[in-house]
Amino acid sequence: MPRSLASLLMIMPLVLISAGATAQDYAAERAALVAKIRTYARQDRPAGKAGFSDQVLEAMTAVKRHEFVPANLRDQAYANHPLPIGHGQTISQPYIVAMMTDLLEPEPDDIVLEVGTGSGYQAAVLAKLVERVYSIEIIEPLAVQVKARLERLGYDNVTTRLGDGYFGWEEQAPFDGIVVTAAASHVPPPLIAQLKPGGRMVIPVGGAFLTQYLLLIEKSEAGEITTRQITPVRFVPLTGQH
Amino acid sequence: MLLPAILLISAAAIAFEILLMRVLSIVQWHHFAWMVISLALLGYGASGTAIALGKRWLTPRFESTFAAAALLFSITMVLCYMLGQRVPFNALEVVWEPRQMLYLGLMYLLFMLPFFFAAACVGLAFSCRSQWVARIYLFDLLGAGSGALAVIGLLFVLRPPAALVLLAALALVASIAAGWVSPRRRALGGLQIAWAVALALLASSDLLALRMSQFKGLSQTLQTVDASVIARRSSPLAQLVVVESGRIPFRHAPGLSFATRHLPPDQLAVFADGDSMSVINRWQGDQESIAYLGDVSSALPYELLPAPPARNRVLVLGAGAGSDVLQALYHGAASVDAVELNPQMLELVRETFADFTGPVYGNARVNVHLGEARGFVARSARRYDLVQLGLLDSFAASGSGVQALNENYLYTVEAIGEYLGHLRPGGLLAITRWLRIPPRDSLKLTATVIAALRQAGVEQPHQRLAVIRGWNTLTLLVKNGELDAGELEAIRQFARQRSFDTVYYPGMPAQEANRYNRLDRAWFHEGVTALLSPQAEAYMRQYKFNIEPPTDERPYFFNFFRWRVLPEVLSLRERGGAGLVEWGYLVPAATLLQAALAGALLILLPLALAPKKWPSGIGGRAGTYFFLLGLAFLFVEIVFIQKFILFLSHPLYAVAVVLAGFLVFAGLGSGASQRLAQRAGRRGRSPLPGVVAGIALLALAYALALPFVFERLIGLPDGAKILLSLLLIAPLAFLMGMPFPLGLARLSSRAPEFIPWAWGINGFASVISAALAILLAIEFGFTVVLLLALALYAAAAAILGD
Repeated sequence: MPRSLASLLMIMPLVLISAGATAQDYAAERAALVAKIRTYARQDRPAGKAGFSDQVLEAMTAVKRHEFVPANLRDQAYANHPLPIGHGQTISQPYIVAMMTDLLEPEPDDIVLEVGTGSGYQAAVLAKLVERVYSIEIIEPLAVQVKARLERLGYDNVTTRLGDGYFGWEEQAPFDGIVVTAAASHVPPPLIAQLKPGGRMVIPVGGAFLTQYLLLIEKSEAGEITTRQITPVRFVPLTGQH
Repeated sequence: MLLPAILLISAAAIAFEILLMRVLSIVQWHHFAWMVISLALLGYGASGTAIALGKRWLTPRFESTFAAAALLFSITMVLCYMLGQRVPFNALEVVWEPRQMLYLGLMYLLFMLPFFFAAACVGLAFSCRSQWVARIYLFDLLGAGSGALAVIGLLFVLRPPAALVLLAALALVASIAAGWVSPRRRALGGLQIAWAVALALLASSDLLALRMSQFKGLSQTLQTVDASVIARRSSPLAQLVVVESGRIPFRHAPGLSFATRHLPPDQLAVFADGDSMSVINRWQGDQESIAYLGDVSSALPYELLPAPPARNRVLVLGAGAGSDVLQALYHGAASVDAVELNPQMLELVRETFADFTGPVYGNARVNVHLGEARGFVARSARRYDLVQLGLLDSFAASGSGVQALNENYLYTVEAIGEYLGHLRPGGLLAITRWLRIPPRDSLKLTATVIAALRQAGVEQPHQRLAVIRGWNTLTLLVKNGELDAGELEAIRQFARQRSFDTVYYPGMPAQEANRYNRLDRAWFHEGVTALLSPQAEAYMRQYKFNIEPPTDERPYFFNFFRWRVLPEVLSLRERGGAGLVEWGYLVPAATLLQAALAGALLILLPLALAPKKWPSGIGGRAGTYFFLLGLAFLFVEIVFIQKFILFLSHPLYAVAVVLAGFLVFAGLGSGASQRLAQRAGRRGRSPLPGVVAGIALLALAYALALPFVFERLIGLPDGAKILLSLLLIAPLAFLMGMPFPLGLARLSSRAPEFIPWAWGINGFASVISAALAILLAIEFGFTVVLLLALALYAAAAAILGD
């Protein structure tokens, strides 16, 4: 009797995994998540916008996040929170990914650079919206894994490489947009140099699992740099003022 | 053999607790370590219950069960250390992932085991040898006191795995000593030998190596290609790990301007406890390679110092790996006093990597002082042109708000007052902090500086203050004198050239704020301006984070938590608002709640279900008595540890000395209590009211007099201060050691079966007490905690003094 109990314990996780969601379930969960993100954005109006653009939300609906998370966490793929992906890295909270993408204001003929490929999810979302995405990853196993994943899923307008993101991707510069997901103590000046006039750069600031705010760097047509620090939520630190 | 065995067990238990705190701070995070260990100490309470329930079976087998418990203590120490690090718990995911709660519970249970068995030894002794209660308590406390002291020295010599093996061996020795007189000596001996062999095998394997969370900065850094560890140091202060990154340089330059042309030179990263990265810069004495240090926000004060720079004297508090010192040298300072707490950090920069970092600390212009910043300032009579307080903590630690629990005597009204007092006329105090949005520490710092200026009799603080910010750092300047037009122009120019925003300077027009690094509203400018206005009090009250100036009485600079905001920020976490929750404060709150629940479950419930009836009336009263004692003892101890940390100006040594002093003298008091009770018994009076009155008088006298004594004597050499501290602690602790054995002795004559329960309840109260004391100190200050403790003592005396 104890032995059969023990063997039951061993197969239980397998049962749970195989009883996991089907493609339709995932699509439904994804639609629900995107609906939630749309509502939050309309209510909170991050960066003073009326909400996220329809194109961004469509891209979020199209990209299968469950393909980008570790197999044992797939059941949580469409929960609105960050997940660990190994090597001390995370896949960001979907709401934050949507916000970062929206802040870039992507256009169909844009060339975008990403520093810190991670799971490849952000690159995949951008790939639905722009002409080409170049993405650099600093951790070797992740870089290998993500390259295979993006190829398998057919994202052929994403090019990845292993290496140092600090100096950007000189051969493909300048870029219409840059996303820096790797933590940095300062904004690499070479990246600012590789931003086109009128281009935008977005950097999430905070630790793993926790985004404090987004740093948006804009380069004017005249080449002037301004930054904006955008908190994801509408939160006024003084009582009685909303 | 019993008493020496108890001494060893108690020494090993407290040493293990301190070791565990170190280990969990390295592999996880300090606040988390604190919570896990607090809960694990419930093992003390649970053992009392177990003994109470099994007393009939245990008593005739005392020697064997004592030896077995000691052996199990030794075994579970090692096992929980190994397994605890293998539980896939991730503190960062607790908000999102309910599964983490299960893992957390598992860790509590694991770490509870060794404390359960250690306490079982002492509890068994109390219960089965109740005629020796006072002497057992004496050896228990002597052991704990010497263990606390010894482990500090031990951790300088041994790394955690080796220290663990030594402690397990100590417990094993205790088990062998106790087992010697047991009728089951043979069987025990076999087990003891088997464990000795296993321990030796484990010690020579790498199974005891530390397994750090993959989300700590060090783990993450080591994931990058070509990064490798090139040096390690370990001490009770911190584990330092130096990392070299061959292909991808660190380029660590917090607060670096966008507009800079200068990049940081080659760097080595130094991680303290796997986080808090700082860097050692490669330098050969030239200006060019470190020119980036002129383009960070903390360079601002150098623009204002009078020319020529070759006359300037700079004091760098918290010099660490040397970036701030390098910055002073870059700007041509004539002399730099660099103060650093960690001797191993100094050794790394000065010796091991002397070739890499060149003449930073070896420079003729630099004087390095080993010690704590506040203590150095208090002792020094020198005056400076610039006192620089840099970024001592990491951005990650600051951002997640987990330091709320840690008292910090560097950022209090009194501390700022001290720094200001060491400025030459026209000299500057510069403090740089990480930027958080919405603003928290920056405004709290401003409020603290304003309060310090007012206390020093400055009527126009707004004429002496300037604040600038980049996108991730903020630098605040205070001048010893009013800022003049030339200086204001220098500030404006420095900020403009580097795309930093001016937050405040005297007469700054509002439209100048929030220009380069734009926020949805000019929160920093508005905040600082409001704090300088007559409406400051109202502004602080209305603010959703606690930005009231911390004082030495409530030194919690990093606590910004306000209960009334919790529901709002919790509801925002799905919208990316998790960063608004101040987790640090919630740790003791959660600990308190969990301890209360677990305590009820582990300690009270089994007793309630027990079939045996207690003699009527005694149960409730005695239970309350030992509960109150547990609370009160720790309240007093914690308050005095805090007072002495400031006086001894070293967090670690103060805790070790005060803790050991308290335990040893309380032990002596316990030893003396027996005679006292006998003498008083002959006269037919209880000595308890007298003892409690003595505690109250002494504690009150100390609370009133110590601040003045300390202020005058803080300049004494360390040895003299330690001696004086022990002399001060001795009489108070001596008296505080008495109520517990007096109560037990009383009980042993009327209801001896109640003794283990009393021991359990006392242990349970201690856990609650530690968490409660911190929350109370944060909210009301140390004096209130002390007064409460005295009230608790009085209540306890009243309960037993029927």
